[in-house]
Amino acid sequence: MKTFPKGGVHPPENKKASGSAIEVLPLPKSVRIHLSQHLGAPAEPIVAKGDMVKAGQLIAKSTGFISANIHSPVSGIVQKIEPAPDSSGYKRPAIFIDVQGDEWMETIDRSPNLIKFPDLNSEEIITRIGRMGIVGLGGATFPSHVKITVPKGKKAEILIINGVECEPYLTSDHRLMLEKGEEILVGTQLLMKALRVNKAVIGIESNKPDAISHLSTLCARYPDIRVETLQVKYPQGGEKQLIKAITGREVPSGRLPIDVGAVVHNVGTAFAVYEAITKNKPLFERIVTVTGKSMERTANYLVRIGTPVTELIEATGGMPEDTGKVINGGPMMGQALPLLDVPVTKGTSGIVLMPVTESNRRTTMNCIRCSRCNSVCAMGLEPYFLMSLGEAKRWDDMEQARVMDCMECGSCSYTCPSGRPLLDYIRLGKNSVNRLIRSRSK
Amino acid sequence: MSATNLLTISYSPHQFGSESVQKIMYRVLIAMVPAFAVSLIFFGLGALAVTSIAVVSCMSFEYLINRFMFKAGSTLWNGSAAVTGVLLAFNVPSNLPVWMIIIGSLVAIGIAKMSFGGLGKNPFNPALVGRVFLLISFPVQMTSWPKAIESRFAYLDAATGATPLAILKEGIKNGQPLSDLMKEVPGYAQMFLGNMGGSLGEISALALIIGGLYLILKKVITWHIPGSILATVVMFTGILWMIDPGKYADPLFHLLAGGIMLGAIFMATDMVTSPMTPVGQIIFGAGIGLITCLIRIFGSYPEGVSFAILIMNAFVPLIDKYVKPKRFGEELKNG
Repeated sequence: MKTFPKGGVHPPENKKASGSAIEVLPLPKSVRIHLSQHLGAPAEPIVAKGDMVKAGQLIAKSTGFISANIHSPVSGIVQKIEPAPDSSGYKRPAIFIDVQGDEWMETIDRSPNLIKFPDLNSEEIITRIGRMGIVGLGGATFPSHVKITVPKGKKAEILIINGVECEPYLTSDHRLMLEKGEEILVGTQLLMKALRVNKAVIGIESNKPDAISHLSTLCARYPDIRVETLQVKYPQGGEKQLIKAITGREVPSGRLPIDVGAVVHNVGTAFAVYEAITKNKPLFERIVTVTGKSMERTANYLVRIGTPVTELIEATGGMPEDTGKVINGGPMMGQALPLLDVPVTKGTSGIVLMPVTESNRRTTMNCIRCSRCNSVCAMGLEPYFLMSLGEAKRWDDMEQARVMDCMECGSCSYTCPSGRPLLDYIRLGKNSVNRLIRSRSK
Repeated sequence: MSATNLLTISYSPHQFGSESVQKIMYRVLIAMVPAFAVSLIFFGLGALAVTSIAVVSCMSFEYLINRFMFKAGSTLWNGSAAVTGVLLAFNVPSNLPVWMIIIGSLVAIGIAKMSFGGLGKNPFNPALVGRVFLLISFPVQMTSWPKAIESRFAYLDAATGATPLAILKEGIKNGQPLSDLMKEVPGYAQMFLGNMGGSLGEISALALIIGGLYLILKKVITWHIPGSILATVVMFTGILWMIDPGKYADPLFHLLAGGIMLGAIFMATDMVTSPMTPVGQIIFGAGIGLITCLIRIFGSYPEGVSFAILIMNAFVPLIDKYVKPKRFGEELKNG
């Protein structure tokens, strides 16, 4: 079984919700759609207060190459456009819509029929994906049309579909692979066509044998696509790690996957691409796992973007008494929510409720130089050294020590026996080095 | 919402491994049990007395310094002071007077460890600093070795004899042929089990290897440091032995005699004072092996493991500066 060669950790999987089939969450009374729910420039609203909108209608336009369109997830009336706290707790502009009925744009094909081979060329597919506001659904929310636009002079050779889902607790990709397998394969074919590659590999960790066998069976009818079973190891879902595991190629420091001929998309994105191209449906809903150690019921919901997190928790039986932390995403890379009435965005893969006993950081002790952080770092960095440079504010030296290679997987902080906040200092360093780089180019 | 707790906000990761400093230290203590048991068999009362005094005084000094000089919370139960205590005891003869053990503990904990800021900050192995301080200050008491088994029920009044390494050093200095000297030292099987004179924890290679395997199995240490030390000793002494077997002892003798096993498995592998990268650790180990052999064969002391480790401890920052782990994406492979 393949895996990436260096580093990695094995956090307890806790994938309690893997047996819960995808349920459609009832529509909320109102939704809040932040204009910045993708990496890059925020979208610009094209609706005004009082406007009637339908589900799937464009409500905010992409404002640059790295930006994405946003479509209304519901039908109703635009109530206001004003800043409101997003999952970071900071106020950012958002469109508020009061839900009325559930009327979709007439252009959207709502039938469940599988459409296999739409007759479109590469450019048409890319344009359509861009228009439908599709972003990377693995969590990074990078606009997908940018990723499939191969820059001049580069050539894509292989498409990798990321079904690894190495984050503990999360099961949304797992369920999607089980329930929408064929759709994912058609989406994969469309992405292959867009990229002009004739080879795609779906990487899945061996802890999801049902998904592996299901997709492998389906792949018999799609000879260009195959499933690769990967050894369970976090952070296998990291783009560079996945490429290394599957192709053996290493993306050089500071470069992009396309530099080694690879393009990686999440299974969720492949499904969204399928819906966008064959059903004409923009990205306005996604699968969200709601789970937690003390939750009696766990679920995977099909949720409209903009639905408040509180509704998801309520629908799953409410917050357990002992909840001490609510995480947007998985426990390794997710974000602790400061408020619970924030909305689901395109990047929300799960809501994890941590018991209060597991919510606090551990006491920090001196570094005992055990070297565990070095050995778990999948990028071959020295987290202990970066932290000490960070404490001394030696940003130039941090840049030399390749702090920018860090993908913030958190394995170092996870493994430290002294409970040291290694990643906190590395993040501080990355921000400061970014500032340095920007000031240099001025 | 039914929850009554305030929500905690912190940056990721939100989940942590179960490893802790305390667990690591307790594993080291467990790994030292076989060697301690052997020392009880061969040195009896003395071993028990010296080890208890060293552990109690090391822990006391750690507590007192933390409490009254650092005015900080107690670090007593993380186990590191106890480890230093046992290691210090392992590195001294089993008939060392109480007050010397206490001075050794004070130097180990007070000077070598706490004066640099406590656990993790010390550049030199505390137990070895304590031992070398005692060796230089009290050379007579530190080199009078109780005879194994004979002196089981004695402490200060134990009958003493020379260690195998000392027999060789003295003999060669007096011009005796090696073949005669080798008859005076115990057989290799006896040395392997620990039936010879020496510091109380260093005698049994067997017990130390068992402890070392446990540490490797529990991922407290890796093979790099002990492996490279022992390999260097075998190579260096092996070359000399092949050149002149009448003058130089064979590699096996050098592996079984003295503190090389204790040093390689328990002293040099101290995380705080050894390099961070596997390659750095091999360089570090090779340096220790080389310096040990140079002192043993050409130096004036019969044994040199402690000096070798302390000297190489000083090179650790330099090694860590120049030996870096292989970065991901450093070279374009198949790309």
